[in-house]
Amino acid sequence: MEHEITLVVNGAARRVRVPARRLLSDCLRHDLGLTGTHVGCEHGVCGCCTVLLDGEPVRSCLTFAVSVDGREITTVEGLAGPGGMSPVQRAFGECHALQCGFCTPGFLCTVTALLRDNPSPTEEEVVEGISGNLCRCTGYQNIVKAVHRAAELIAEEGR
Amino acid sequence: MKPPPFEYHAPRDLDEALRILAGVRGKVLAGGQSLIPMLNMRLAAPAHLVDITRVASLDALERTREGVRVGAAVTHARAEREGGHPLLTRALRLVAHPVIRNRGTVVGSLVHADPAAELPAVLAVLGGSVRLARWDGARGQVRDVPAHEFFVGPMESAAGPDELAVSAFFPALDERTGHAFHEVARRHGDYALAGVCAVVTLGEDGGVAAARVACVGVGPAPVVADLTGAGAGDWALAAAALSRRVEPEDDIHATAAYRRHLVAVLAERALKEAAGLAERASKEAAGGA
Ligand SMILES: Cc1cc2nc3c(=O)[nH]c(=O)nc-3n(C[C@H](O)[C@H](O)[C@H](O)COP(=O)(O)OP(=O)(O)OC[C@H]3O[C@@H](n4cnc5c(N)ncnc54)[C@H](O)[C@@H]3O)c2cc1C
Ligand code: FES
Ligand code: FES
Repeated sequence: MEHEITLVVNGAARRVRVPARRLLSDCLRHDLGLTGTHVGCEHGVCGCCTVLLDGEPVRSCLTFAVSVDGREITTVEGLAGPGGMSPVQRAFGECHALQCGFCTPGFLCTVTALLRDNPSPTEEEVVEGISGNLCRCTGYQNIVKAVHRAAELIAEEGR
Repeated sequence: MKPPPFEYHAPRDLDEALRILAGVRGKVLAGGQSLIPMLNMRLAAPAHLVDITRVASLDALERTREGVRVGAAVTHARAEREGGHPLLTRALRLVAHPVIRNRGTVVGSLVHADPAAELPAVLAVLGGSVRLARWDGARGQVRDVPAHEFFVGPMESAAGPDELAVSAFFPALDERTGHAFHEVARRHGDYALAGVCAVVTLGEDGGVAAARVACVGVGPAPVVADLTGAGAGDWALAAAALSRRVEPEDDIHATAAYRRHLVAVLAERALKEAAGLAERASKEAAGGA
């Protein structure tokens, strides 16, 4: 049986028909064409598919689209503002915190929520905060640097 | 790696949820953080899923002097944020990653009954209980199952196929009591290779009035032991004796011998820390009186 649901994705209401078994990750990518959300493991381990659900980071591969009918979702495509890339996105570029970029959408969503809840995290809090996201390229050093840099940018820009 | 097809139900109240569970062969879907990986890997293929996250009455967290009652829709993240039970809060920080905890539920972790999971050990060491409900044809029937009867085996709890776990009760710690939870995992946020949760209570005279531990990852269910008289105040001795009592198994992550070693080390750490905190709590109680 198919279900008619409405998701508010990056600020816009989107209606879609999905079978109950449609993962939110696949709904975003296949039904809505938002391929910025990446899918690695589909069992919650890699963190690539992390999106914000009503502002909180969740695994879109461990969420059924029907379960979040009516709720707000922010994907990597929705992180930039009208003035361009968000501070977290700019910090990742500046600090060379990505190489192939496969893991990056998940890190960006996770870190955006992390810094909103904790604007000046310690080294330990940063490492714990990103411990659920795997990156096979960078060795994490520059990702950790980028999180601190993003915190600075957010503080400087007062947003 | 996509879930098999199923029929989805999203009841709005508890009776409706119980009626559906009584009428179909299905499973409860709470946070989905264990069930959806199992569906994605095709380790489970239920014909019906009953999503309980829209049942408002299950989203309740009640704190009383006796303890904390956590409703079935309460996420790990919310229980951690709202606190109310220091040992539960501490153990929650060891469960997976923050992002998983944003959807996973406390009660779901108990019903899932993974032998390496932290929360079953907390419920077991505290002597808590799980409240189960089922539809008897006319109304919902409720029973409370104590922790020692609830965890039946690996990934197996006492909840029947037509039963819904509505809440879990974590009894408050006594006065002059300290607690600790130590574990070793390959990576932060992974299931532990072994872990030990300890609760120590001191008497008015400063002697050990009660000492209980629950171990995870070293048996089919949490291994609970009363160490009140053990080791005559020597926690290292008590921990070593405990490690000879557990029966861990070899698997791809660690050998049985290594797990046994971990139990000795972690139990000593946990007991010492819990006893130290109990001493501090005793002093505060005496100072405040
Ligand atoms: C990467 C990763 C790492 C993890 N690491 C850990 C860890 O270190 N420690 C740990 O403890 N857990 C860990 N988990 C599991 C996680 O904590 C799960 O969220 C939890 O075990 C299950 O809770 P849930 O609400 O998601 O349940 P679900 O996945 O929705 O359900 C799990 C099972 O319980 C049943 N169930 C759930 N709620 C009820 C209910 N109210 N009544 C009857 N049946 C019910 C379901 O039918 C299903 O069989 C990890 C998960 C992932 C993906
Ligand atoms: S694809 Fe979701 S966590 Fe790996
Ligand atoms: S940049 Fe390649 S996986 Fe992280």
